[in-house]
Amino acid sequence: MAEKKVFEKGKMVPVPSVSIIPERDLGKSPILECSHLGIDFGGLTAVNEFNITVGRTEIAGLIGPNGAGKTTVFNLLTKVYQPTRGTILLDGLDTHGKTPAQINRMGIARTFQNIRLFNNLSVEDNVKIGLHNQEKYSMVSGILRLPKYWRQEKAAHERALELLSIFDMQHMANYQAGSLPYGAQRRLEIVRALATNPSLLLLDEPAAGMNPSETAELMENIVKIRDMFQIAIMLIEHDMSLVMGICEGICVLNFGQIIAKGTAEEIQSNPTVIEAYLGKQQ
Amino acid sequence: MEFLSYLISGISLGSVYAIIALGYTMVYGIAKMLNFAHGDVIMVGGYISFCAMSYLELPGWLSVVLAMAVCTVLGVVIEGLAYKPLRQATSLAVLITAIGVSYFLQNAAQLIWGASPKGYTPLVPALNAKGEPNALQLFDGQLSIPYLSLLIMAVCIIVMVALTFFTGQTKLGKAMRACSEDKGAAQLMGINVNRTISVTFAIGSALAAVAGVLLCSFTTSLMPTTGSMPGIKAFTAAVFGGIGSIPGAFLGGILLGIIESLAKAYISTQLANAILFAVLIIVLLVRPSGLLGKYVPEKV
Repeated sequence: MAEKKVFEKGKMVPVPSVSIIPERDLGKSPILECSHLGIDFGGLTAVNEFNITVGRTEIAGLIGPNGAGKTTVFNLLTKVYQPTRGTILLDGLDTHGKTPAQINRMGIARTFQNIRLFNNLSVEDNVKIGLHNQEKYSMVSGILRLPKYWRQEKAAHERALELLSIFDMQHMANYQAGSLPYGAQRRLEIVRALATNPSLLLLDEPAAGMNPSETAELMENIVKIRDMFQIAIMLIEHDMSLVMGICEGICVLNFGQIIAKGTAEEIQSNPTVIEAYLGKQQ
Repeated sequence: MEFLSYLISGISLGSVYAIIALGYTMVYGIAKMLNFAHGDVIMVGGYISFCAMSYLELPGWLSVVLAMAVCTVLGVVIEGLAYKPLRQATSLAVLITAIGVSYFLQNAAQLIWGASPKGYTPLVPALNAKGEPNALQLFDGQLSIPYLSLLIMAVCIIVMVALTFFTGQTKLGKAMRACSEDKGAAQLMGINVNRTISVTFAIGSALAAVAGVLLCSFTTSLMPTTGSMPGIKAFTAAVFGGIGSIPGAFLGGILLGIIESLAKAYISTQLANAILFAVLIIVLLVRPSGLLGKYVPEKV
């Protein structure tokens, strides 16, 4: 019976991790609550008993050794995989049975570990794909180029440039996305995700392949995005300087289980985490 | 002059192929499947406009609109019933299903309209009321271009321009291109992939109806297998131009029409199709991804 109650939307807040929500978000309801989340692939349990609560404007980190199930968690949150067990409440609403496209419209946007831009489209068109659901005109007015089409396309164009300007990329609007340098592609992916107007942004290894100075810039930008859009950001990252530098709550995953949760200091001194990363002390 | 007239007849035949090929190439580009029933949708379009004109006595242009409406619905229904449940299946299963749908449509047409050919009244009759050829006379009558050919070419160009604009500059067109590149990423950006695929089928089928009317006007006869050979040739045209590419389908269609027309005129009527496919083989040997197709190396 206790299990069933969780399905009633927004009524029961899962117990764990409330303590790591930053103080400013405590008065508001959390943006994401996962309880008892899990998925099996055949006989293999990839993620189990994943409980987490993310505050409205929290920057949360998800870390763990390779193969711990971090990207699987992102795929569960965005419904690329349907979870075997448990519930995900987004802004108090149950996401059970939703498709990835519906989840996006509910407010989760993400980037990918291996960049997945639309390489043959221009930079601006990539951002406009993110704006797809905010442009409202019918196929008929699109084909006949009715005034509504012009108005909406103009608005989308301006919005796209505005979003690109966050990363100073407006001059690249007409470049082909696939021809951009690596770092710019990573930034464009973030812009495209932001264009969908999310309330929770998932970044899958945003600093992968970046040098220390690029990573430092990225850290500033992630905080800047959070402050500008007032959204929650959850990121998977192996670069500890980034995670420890900007994440307010950190969750450590190993073999599909959460082994530790807490602030940067708590995680750094947690013996279980050290053991997971470095092995047991002899 | 003779050559020019064959060339023009080739271009207008090629324009029909191009319109059909656009349907193949768009569906392939987005759903990554070969819709072999596409040729039979053309035939259905032809029959619908035939019925509208001879039984309901509607004017030609209205019969085209009706055929487009029916084929659009037919295309979406075929996609929803036959292909959508197979979205996760292997491409071979979908291919076989498409061939099944093709036979189903042919046999259904045979049950409804009978196997014997029907005489189709062309949209633009070959002779006008005075009994003169309905054609544009140039160079003191040495070169005569039928108005029908001009109409076909004009329609083809309009369709081509409209589609280029649609895929390039409208949000639905962009969603289609996004889906054709990466469906997974597209749906995580909030795009309803199933709906986008349905729209693609709808557009392709509406174009098939237009092609059906033009084709029947060209050949002036109609039977349940009318669509299969032009369907296969248009598929060839799409591959020829680079499947998945809209300008490729256009170019491939026109070139194929010209080759067919010239081969019929100067080499042999019977060997025309053999020559056509031989050219395809040669092109594919030299450029495996077609004339305008991009070579995409398999990622490891």
